[in-house]
Amino acid sequence: MTDSLEIIDLHAKIEEREILKGLNLTIRKGEVHAIMGPNGSGKSTLANTIAGNPKYTVTSGEIRMNGENILGMEVDERARKGLFLAFQYPCEVPGVRTSNFLRLACNARAGKELDVMEFYDKLEKKMKHLEINDAFMKRYLNEGFSGGEKKRNEILQMMMLEPEYAVMDETDSGLDIDALKIVSEGVNKLRGPNLGVLIITHYERILRYIKPDFIHILVGGKIVKSGGADLAAHLEEHGYDWITKDVTPTPVSA
Amino acid sequence: MSTLVQETAPSTYKEGFHDDDIKARHKVPKGASHEVIDYMCDVKGEPDWMRAFRHRSLDLFLKATLPAWMPGLRDIDYDAITYYASPIDKSANKWEDVPEEIRKTYDKLGIAKEEQKMLGGLGAQIDSEMAYHNIQETLAKKGVVFLSCDEGMKQHPEIFKEHFAKSIPPEDNKFAALNSAFWSGGSFVYIPKGVKCDVPLSVYFRINAEQFGQFERTLIVCDDDSFCHYVEGCSAPVYTTNSLHAAVVEIFVKERARCRYTTIQNWSTDVYNLVTKRAFVYGKGIMEWVDGNLGSKRTVKYPSVYMLGEGAHGEVLSLASADKGMWQDAGAKMVFMAPNCTARINSKSISGHGGRASYRGLVQVNPQATNCRVQVNCDALILDASSRSDTYPVMEIDGDLVTVEHEASVSSVSDEQLFYLTSRGIKKEDAVSMIVNGFIEPIVKELPMEFAVEINRLINMQMEGSVG
Repeated sequence: MTDSLEIIDLHAKIEEREILKGLNLTIRKGEVHAIMGPNGSGKSTLANTIAGNPKYTVTSGEIRMNGENILGMEVDERARKGLFLAFQYPCEVPGVRTSNFLRLACNARAGKELDVMEFYDKLEKKMKHLEINDAFMKRYLNEGFSGGEKKRNEILQMMMLEPEYAVMDETDSGLDIDALKIVSEGVNKLRGPNLGVLIITHYERILRYIKPDFIHILVGGKIVKSGGADLAAHLEEHGYDWITKDVTPTPVSA
Repeated sequence: MSTLVQETAPSTYKEGFHDDDIKARHKVPKGASHEVIDYMCDVKGEPDWMRAFRHRSLDLFLKATLPAWMPGLRDIDYDAITYYASPIDKSANKWEDVPEEIRKTYDKLGIAKEEQKMLGGLGAQIDSEMAYHNIQETLAKKGVVFLSCDEGMKQHPEIFKEHFAKSIPPEDNKFAALNSAFWSGGSFVYIPKGVKCDVPLSVYFRINAEQFGQFERTLIVCDDDSFCHYVEGCSAPVYTTNSLHAAVVEIFVKERARCRYTTIQNWSTDVYNLVTKRAFVYGKGIMEWVDGNLGSKRTVKYPSVYMLGEGAHGEVLSLASADKGMWQDAGAKMVFMAPNCTARINSKSISGHGGRASYRGLVQVNPQATNCRVQVNCDALILDASSRSDTYPVMEIDGDLVTVEHEASVSSVSDEQLFYLTSRGIKKEDAVSMIVNGFIEPIVKELPMEFAVEINRLINMQMEGSVG
């Protein structure tokens, strides 16, 4: 299907442990989906598998982006085609200036050398949205950044790269309430008919600021329940226990 | 006609050609002998004291043994080396006066273009002699002297004799003795009191002959309150036989003066690069060595700073890249001889394709050197499992109230970093190069712009395909 990111009966493992056990999910452009689940349910595995982290192996199933199977593609190729992963733990790359990195990434995404002035104009605007100060750009990529700064940097990259599908892996973790609001506003600005978003989270908190169209509950490597925004509130109130008891007879080991 | 020795030249080493048109006008039989010294002294028309100094140095060389720790030098065949060869009769100070065949070599290396850049002076040595030496008129008028070392001895005998072999006597080590016996070429620099030479003086060293020994000798005197930046580059053709480069560099930084000496060494992988570099720094003087080792078969080099006057500062920024067949044994020595001195060593090494990089450093604080501070950082990046990195730091602390900091790290290009960068659409090889360049950035940013660009280019070529 064009204009969608489809995950079809996905099985994936890390080392020899199977984590995803037949996951199905379709995200159309213009939609915001949230996946919630207890620790060890496979949330991060899903994010990494979509992006193509070589540590994870897909044993069966498909991931289709705009109708094209991306499982045979390298990480960088998926990204150039419009996939974006906001990392839960963005890593530090010493000696590489954030601005240089962003420019190379934007050039790669555009498939051509972008006009430098235009690039910096755009960057300046996006930085304002996220209340990031200028000195930030001269700093080395994520090096010595606070948790909040790292997450803002992820959203900044997302804004600059203008992906078609964005997966946000626990973007809310480690953010104080003010930072969470700023980051959420950034994502809300990006919302629109050309972007599909998958928010992966443990807590309902971020969903107060970014209202999802759909919520899915992931347990034991499968989506066990899907619903509207009200599902989050229910989870907040009752925790995950009622689902795990209800759906999975065996305890979740992964 | 120039020939590229394609069977042995790695395609990445663009300086690997040799020019057969360049004929030695003066060349001696192979081997380190007293006859060669007499021949050189006659050709150069040297004073008797220098002849005696050379002969004495050769005796020291023949007697000296190699220290046990010195890496991989046992297979040097000293008898197979030619110790003096000169394709010119006389050093020129106009580029047009340099013999055409030599100019062609330098054109290929892009050296002639160098002079159009912001340089205070330019020198070019081929084999044993300086083919060219020139200095900007404005600097010459201020009394700045920039000559070949041989000319320096003739034209400024007092300054020369006062400093020559005073920081590095021939007794210092086997290769200092070898250089003292056969030294030829190199630079003589004198910066008068209070003169700030704000554009670099640059010299390019080229070996063209095969199985050859280049023994340039550089003497720099920065008088009180002066400043100079001296920059040197090196390259050689690729042969299947070995050559020797044993230079001696002596620097005297007088009170409150500052000297920065930048080296970008890109010898071919058949050159043994065995260099002694030392600076004597007087009260509140500052010496900075920026030492980039990118080529050679073996490099054995530890630029050192002797802080002789109160409040002196020493700094070594060392960058070594060991590719296939290379062993870079580089580092620094900081010797504190006076109170309130400070020093910093920052060393970064990269090894790939089975190359080996070692950091070897000495920090010595003598009893009279109270209240001193020294900071040592050495970081190694290893690109693949066949490559190697070692650290040999030695600290001898006898002074009081001394602060010593030492930090060392070894890392590889991590999978996390690669995944992160590629997940933004950046190709894997570009991501590796970003990580490697990021690693050396703290040193590269200290280099003149054109050197920084060249270093990034060379390292990217060396590292190609080394991370699987």
